[in-house]
Amino acid sequence: MSLQTDKRDFSERTTDGLGDSFMRNAVGSAQDSLKTRRLSAATALGDWEQWRTAGQQIRQHTLQNLDYYLEQLAGNIEKKGGHIYFAATKEEASSYIRDVIVQKQAKKIVKSKSMVTEEIDLNHVLIEAGCELIETDLGEYILQMDDWDPPSHIVAPALHKDRRQIQRVFAEKLGYTDDESPEKLARFARKVLRQKFLEAEVGITGCNFAVANLGAINLVTNEGNGDLTAAIPKTHIAVMGMERIVPTLAEMEVLDNLLCRSAVGQKLTSYITVMGPSAAGDTDGPEEFHLVVVDNGRSDILGSEFNEALQCIRCGACLNVCPVYRHIGGHAYGSIYPGPIGAVITPLLGGYDDFKELPFASSLCAACTDVCPVRIPLHEQLIRHRQNIVKENRTGSMERFQMKAVGRLLSSPALFGKTLRFAHPASRLMSKHGRIVRGPELIRGWIGSRDLSQPVKQQDSFRAWLDKRKGESGQ
Amino acid sequence: MKVSFFSTCLVDLMTPKVGIAMVEVLVRLGCEIDYPASQVCCGQPAYNSGYLEDSKLAMKNMMLAFESSDYVVGPSGSCVAMFHEYPKIFKGDPEWELKAVTLKEKSYEFTQFIVKVLGITDVGASLDGTATYHRSCHMTRLLGEKETPFQLLEHVKGLHMEPLKNSDNCCGFGGTFSVKMPDISEQMVDEKSSCIIDTEADILISADMGCLLNIGGRLFRKGEPVKIMHIAEVLNHQNPVIAKGGSQS
Ligand code: SF4
Repeated sequence: MSLQTDKRDFSERTTDGLGDSFMRNAVGSAQDSLKTRRLSAATALGDWEQWRTAGQQIRQHTLQNLDYYLEQLAGNIEKKGGHIYFAATKEEASSYIRDVIVQKQAKKIVKSKSMVTEEIDLNHVLIEAGCELIETDLGEYILQMDDWDPPSHIVAPALHKDRRQIQRVFAEKLGYTDDESPEKLARFARKVLRQKFLEAEVGITGCNFAVANLGAINLVTNEGNGDLTAAIPKTHIAVMGMERIVPTLAEMEVLDNLLCRSAVGQKLTSYITVMGPSAAGDTDGPEEFHLVVVDNGRSDILGSEFNEALQCIRCGACLNVCPVYRHIGGHAYGSIYPGPIGAVITPLLGGYDDFKELPFASSLCAACTDVCPVRIPLHEQLIRHRQNIVKENRTGSMERFQMKAVGRLLSSPALFGKTLRFAHPASRLMSKHGRIVRGPELIRGWIGSRDLSQPVKQQDSFRAWLDKRKGESGQ
Repeated sequence: MKVSFFSTCLVDLMTPKVGIAMVEVLVRLGCEIDYPASQVCCGQPAYNSGYLEDSKLAMKNMMLAFESSDYVVGPSGSCVAMFHEYPKIFKGDPEWELKAVTLKEKSYEFTQFIVKVLGITDVGASLDGTATYHRSCHMTRLLGEKETPFQLLEHVKGLHMEPLKNSDNCCGFGGTFSVKMPDISEQMVDEKSSCIIDTEADILISADMGCLLNIGGRLFRKGEPVKIMHIAEVLNHQNPVIAKGGSQS
């Protein structure tokens, strides 16, 4: 699927989202219930703010010493007989995985949900190589069955669909005949998937965190599909973003706690596992283990003004509180990473050419910053992007001109005084019954749906009142 | 106590009555008000749009305008929160960093000043009616002030407060966001408006004119008879009778 999921203009995509009342209801009610659940799960942990600080410190420490921990991880994985591969680009990452599969002469692949494999376009590459590939996370499986509909949330990829739509997809594509009850749908999918697990020769999973001193990876899933994907096939390939690493189990525990509570409002999700290359004498688990560490632009972010974005643990909490995401939905972002964190990292990974609108798709309400379990100042990073976009002259020339003019006006008392005097008479031309009905391009959209009163007359202005008051009190 | 009044460009241009109400309340509480006339705008619109250099001019003007003030008090959580961002913005600038820190330390939002500096929660206001309160994002999250408006409203005689569903959700204003992305903003303000209408309150109160302008503008367009009041107007109110009407600030 690669990072970009939709090449149309941002405005076309948002129009689609805003017009999809069905999706907006689904997202809105998911947000509302997740918010309450998250709050109670967070409070149950004691001092949540202290936990967040711990999470932030762990992530910052790891990023500062990323080289050291990656080296330690690699050493430990190799010591245990596993393979580790550092991929600089997405192409390198997906070809390595394809080569392993080709070498094994494997045809049947099961996969558990992983954003980074979307980022490196892995599904596409493997299908082209002639593999039968099945997503085993229920959400991803539904999307795959629906002709690879892109994910719209980083934790709940099919959040934009309801059970009736899912029933329809299953009926059309898989011959499902029962009703839309979630239990029946899940049971049906489980039966299909169980067979796939047993047949698969290679299992591909993501990795929530790699544990450096163990040479192992940590998987957090709700359905246990990740564990089956890793454990049943003879070969397990795990794929991770370069920054998803912790020093030891102790830090992993803190982050898993933050992750589960922030993501789904649960103390812990159903399945938290630590796995890696099998030790000699193990009677179960895969025979071969590969870990692919994907850079794909991350080392450029490291140490830059966007460094903090790499702290992200992909919990999706910022999506669950974002009022813009609530109304436009995940697909409008045109990226596999939607919502506030998507608006920050998508332009970093994919460039401003394709994604320069995303940083502006925020009212800067800071709900995301407030909720982020590892304290990424998301709204500040959006402003930083905006500054870069302005610096690179990517905003319209009209806007730049207006901003310059307004900038001068708002820093000059003399000019502003004149404006106050002329605002009312000038606005008369654009007003009807005291409300502004026509206006410059800048406010046209706004007054299309909202009433705006005319600026006040000079004699009614606050400054005039102050002068009068001063005169009266003789000051 | 000497207080410098920070009127914000919205109050200057659009809603002088909010400024007047605020000055009257503060004077009644024993403050001496001064008005540095060279103040203009906190720089937020340009800053939030990414025009850092242009916005710095406005910020510098504000630091100079309030240089000799003891306290700076404004009727907008959002604009005061912008003052609180100055130290980050001018960090490492030898000429301006200290000025930025000083301005931050002496700046307060109106309700915050009354409760936290003057130590008063009952200003002797009375207003008969049912109201609901919209928290502004910048006041609650960036300025970190959640409680003081409610502490003051609790003591307004005759006023009944109804809780607002999803009160943490943004109203869709976001300054230039609402003009740049009016369609998204419209959906946000629509949802906010419905939550307000569902409370059946007669009055919508907030401590931020930007949000009130946005929500009020939408409610008015839809013909909803909810009265919009800035909290300064509520705290300055002493007539216990208020009619349900369609007026907009
Ligand atoms: S930015 Fe923070 S809240 Fe958003 S997904 Fe990442 S860790 Fe979670």
